[in-house]
Amino acid sequence: MTPRSRILLALLGAFLLALPWVVNPYLLSVATLILYLAYTGQAWNVMMGFAGQLSLGHSLYVGVGAYVSAAIFFHYGIGPWAGMWLSIALCVAIGAAIGFLAFRFGISGVYFALLTIAFSEFFRIGFDHLQWTGGSGGLFLKVAQRDQIDLGNFRGPPAMYYYAILSLTVSALIFCSFLLKSKAGYYWLAIRENEEAAQALGINTFRWKMLAVVISSAMTAVAGVFFAFYYNNLFPEQIFHISRSIEIILGPIIGGVGTLFGPILGAAVLTILADGITEILGALGWEIPGIKQVFYGIVMLLVIMFLPHGIWPPLARKFGLGK
Amino acid sequence: MPLDLVVNVTIAGVLTGMVYGLMALGLSVIFGVVRVVNFAHGEMMTIAMYAAVALFTLWGVDPFLAAIPVGAAFFALGYLMQAGLINPFITRPEHSQFMLMVAVALIMVNGMLMAFGPDARNVQIGYQLESWELGKILFDKPRVYAAAMALATSGLLFLFFKATLVGKAIRACADNYLGARVVGLNVKHLYALTFGLGSACVAIAGCMMILLVDVTPNLGPSYTLLAFIIVIVGGLGSMTGALLGGVLIGLSEALAGLFIQPSAKSMFGFGLLILVLLFRPQGLMGKKS
Repeated sequence: MTPRSRILLALLGAFLLALPWVVNPYLLSVATLILYLAYTGQAWNVMMGFAGQLSLGHSLYVGVGAYVSAAIFFHYGIGPWAGMWLSIALCVAIGAAIGFLAFRFGISGVYFALLTIAFSEFFRIGFDHLQWTGGSGGLFLKVAQRDQIDLGNFRGPPAMYYYAILSLTVSALIFCSFLLKSKAGYYWLAIRENEEAAQALGINTFRWKMLAVVISSAMTAVAGVFFAFYYNNLFPEQIFHISRSIEIILGPIIGGVGTLFGPILGAAVLTILADGITEILGALGWEIPGIKQVFYGIVMLLVIMFLPHGIWPPLARKFGLGK
Repeated sequence: MPLDLVVNVTIAGVLTGMVYGLMALGLSVIFGVVRVVNFAHGEMMTIAMYAAVALFTLWGVDPFLAAIPVGAAFFALGYLMQAGLINPFITRPEHSQFMLMVAVALIMVNGMLMAFGPDARNVQIGYQLESWELGKILFDKPRVYAAAMALATSGLLFLFFKATLVGKAIRACADNYLGARVVGLNVKHLYALTFGLGSACVAIAGCMMILLVDVTPNLGPSYTLLAFIIVIVGGLGSMTGALLGGVLIGLSEALAGLFIQPSAKSMFGFGLLILVLLFRPQGLMGKKS
C-alpha cells in the first residue's frame, strides 16, 4: 500500500464513521445499501475474482441466510447472533454440495454458472411452497422500535444497521486482502489463470476451489442475515430472484473483478448513479418502471466493452494507489 | 384421475414442447457455432411476442402471418447484434461474453417494461378456443398449428444446414474455427448469419407462443432459463437434441402441473437440469467432447 493510499483510506474511514451524524435518513439508507452491495460483491469476488469460478446464483446464499435467521427468530425468538451461525452452516453446506457436485463431475465455465442459477431457482420455487416460512406470501419480522437499541436481537435505529454493515464491509476488506496474500490467494490465482497448469504443478485444485466456494457462501450468508433484520420482510420471488444475483455481481464487474477495492467502488458508483438518475427523472416527472435497470444495463455494457478490467485498475494506476 | 384428462394434458404438453423446441433450437444453433451463450434468448422471445401482439392489435395480423415479418426483422437484428456487439468478444474470456449478454438481456427486459408496462397482453384470434375432437380426446387448434409451424421451421433449418453451401460453411466454422479461416471463409459474416438464424427461430417461436400464453416483460428471464434447460438436457449444439429436450420439458411441465401443482412445474425442469448436468453433462443427444 502506498503512503498516498493510506492517507486516502484514513480520510474515507473518517468520512464513513461520521456519516450518520451529518446526513439525512434517506442518504443514510443509500449509504447502507452501497455498503451492503459492496460487502456481497466482495463475497462474490472471492469465488469469481480470486478463484475464477463464475457464480450467477449468489442470491441463493443471501436468501437462505436471510430466511433461516429470520424464521427461527420469528418462530422461536432466537436472535440473529445465534441464528447467524445456523445460516452460515446451512449456506456453507449448500455451497459445498454445489461445489462438490460441480467440481467432481468436471463442470466449469458457463455450465457451472448455469448450475448455480439452477440451484438458486430451485430454492426460490421451494421456498415459494414452504409454509413454515410463509410461502410465497412472505415472512415478516415485527418492525423494530426505531428509537431504542436492542443489540441482542439486532433491532434498532437505522444508524445501528449502518455501522453493522460498515464493520462487515471493513472486515471483509481486511479479510480479503489477507486472503490474497495468503497461500490460498496464490493458488487461486494459478487456478484462475490456468487450471490445468496449476494442477500439473501439484495444486489440489478441487480442494482450493471448494475453499473459495465455502468462504464466499459463508460471507454471503451473513449478508442475508443483515438483509432480513434490516428490511424486515422476505419474499422468495424477490430475494432468490436472478436479478438479485445480477445486482450482486454488478458492483465487482463495474469496479474490477479480482481487485480489493473494485467491489466497493463499483457498488458506490452504480448506486449513486442509479439513485441520481431516479431523482432527476422523478424531478422531470418521468417515473417509468424499469428505467433504472435499463440504465444499469447500459452502464454494464459500456464498462464491459471499453473497460474489461473495471474502473478501479486504471484509476489506481493513474493515482498510484496500488491494488 | 380420468384417463382422458391425462391424455389431453399429455397431448397439450407435447405440442407446447415443440414450440419450446424451436425456441431452444435457436439457442443451440448459436451456441453450437458461435460458442457464445445467448443469455438474452428469452428476452428476444418476449420481444417477438410483443411484436406479434402489436401487429395484431394495430392491423389485425394473425400471428402465423406475423411470424414472417417478425422472423425477418429478428434475422436482421441478430445479424447486427453479432456483427456489432458480440464479434469483438469472441476471443474474450467466457465470463466476459456472459456478462455482455446479461447486460443486453437487462436492457431488453426493462426496455419492454418501460414500453409496454407490467400488464399481461395477448391476442384474441377467431379459432383461439376451437379444437378437433377425437372421441374424448381434444386437439386445440392453435396448439396444433403452432406445433406444426415449429416443426416446419425446424425442418427448413435442418435443410439449410445440410443442403446449402452456406449451411456447410457455417458447419465448417463450428467444427474448426482456424481451419475455416485458413480456407478463406468469412467467419465473422458467417457467425453473424448464424446469430441471425437463431434469432429468427426464437422470433417465430415467440409468435407461436403468444397463441398459448399471455406475455409480460418478466417472462424473458424465465424463458432464457427454460431454453437453457432444454438445450442442456438435449445436448448443447445438437439440433435434434433441442427438439427432443423441448418436447420432454413441455411434457414434464404439463404433467407436473396436473399431478403436483402448477406453480411447482418449473422446479421439475430445474431438477432435471441438475441431474443431467451431473450425470450426462453433454446432454441426452450430445456428443462427448
